[in-house]
Amino acid sequence: MVMDWVWGLVGGLLIGLGGAVYLLANGRIMGASGIIGGLVDGTGRRDAVERVAFLAGVFLLPVLLYPLYTSIDTHITGNWGVLIAAGLLVGIGTRIANGCTSGHGVCGMSRLAPRGFIATVAYILAGGLGVVLFRHVLGVI
Amino acid sequence: MRALFAFIAGGLFGSGLFISGMTDTAKVQGWLDVFGAWDPTLAFVMGGAMIPMAIAWIIRARRDTPVLGGTFPPPAPREIDRKLIIGSVLFGAGWGLAGLCPGPSLASLSYGGIGHWVFFVAMLGGMLVAPRLSIRLDRTVPAE
Repeated sequence: MVMDWVWGLVGGLLIGLGGAVYLLANGRIMGASGIIGGLVDGTGRRDAVERVAFLAGVFLLPVLLYPLYTSIDTHITGNWGVLIAAGLLVGIGTRIANGCTSGHGVCGMSRLAPRGFIATVAYILAGGLGVVLFRHVLGVI
Repeated sequence: MRALFAFIAGGLFGSGLFISGMTDTAKVQGWLDVFGAWDPTLAFVMGGAMIPMAIAWIIRARRDTPVLGGTFPPPAPREIDRKLIIGSVLFGAGWGLAGLCPGPSLASLSYGGIGHWVFFVAMLGGMLVAPRLSIRLDRTVPAE
């Protein structure tokens, strides 16, 4: 358990470092939903190359790191109905709120943005209630 | 050059998500599940990520332009609108349901199996229709 926390902290530092590079070098806020969403709805066409390069890094580095681990289970549910509903909610919600865990959470809260804190409280409360409801009450997940 | 640094930033982000265990849906749901076996890992990840990012914002305040040119993002908007709340609540519900958010969803595509692709494609679908819903939310706001 404690090693999980240590790796969490190390991974967190790398995440923050990624955000720092993207801000200081490229002048952009590292928000995963915004970078992906801008490509999906066409609003990010102007800097599409930069976005694709960023996303390629997110996708590819785990490919390189994966062989270093003996076994990895992401514990994802096998229920496609749940996955589709969850994916739609995440896609719609992050674009309406204009940010997710990386944009509002990491980048927003670290510059003391009120919107970052409000969004983070809202999605954590909703996520917590969701898990309680769907796991303990309905038993879906 | 911009693409190279974007790739480096994305690579750091992706490796951080992978190493921290945030691509493990059980860890995310374990953090949200205060009535189950609560897993505090996510708080360490968030705390760890805040440190370099907070330093970056301090450095940003002392610079006029980004290293590669262009402009810095505008100051954080202070307006709390209902789109922020409604969107975040919808996002949180989906996050809790699957244990995935946009970054980890992409970082786990290569090895997580078919379920991760199902979630990812649904998420892209949600992002495609979101602007229409967003406009509707704007319209129904009473004039002030």
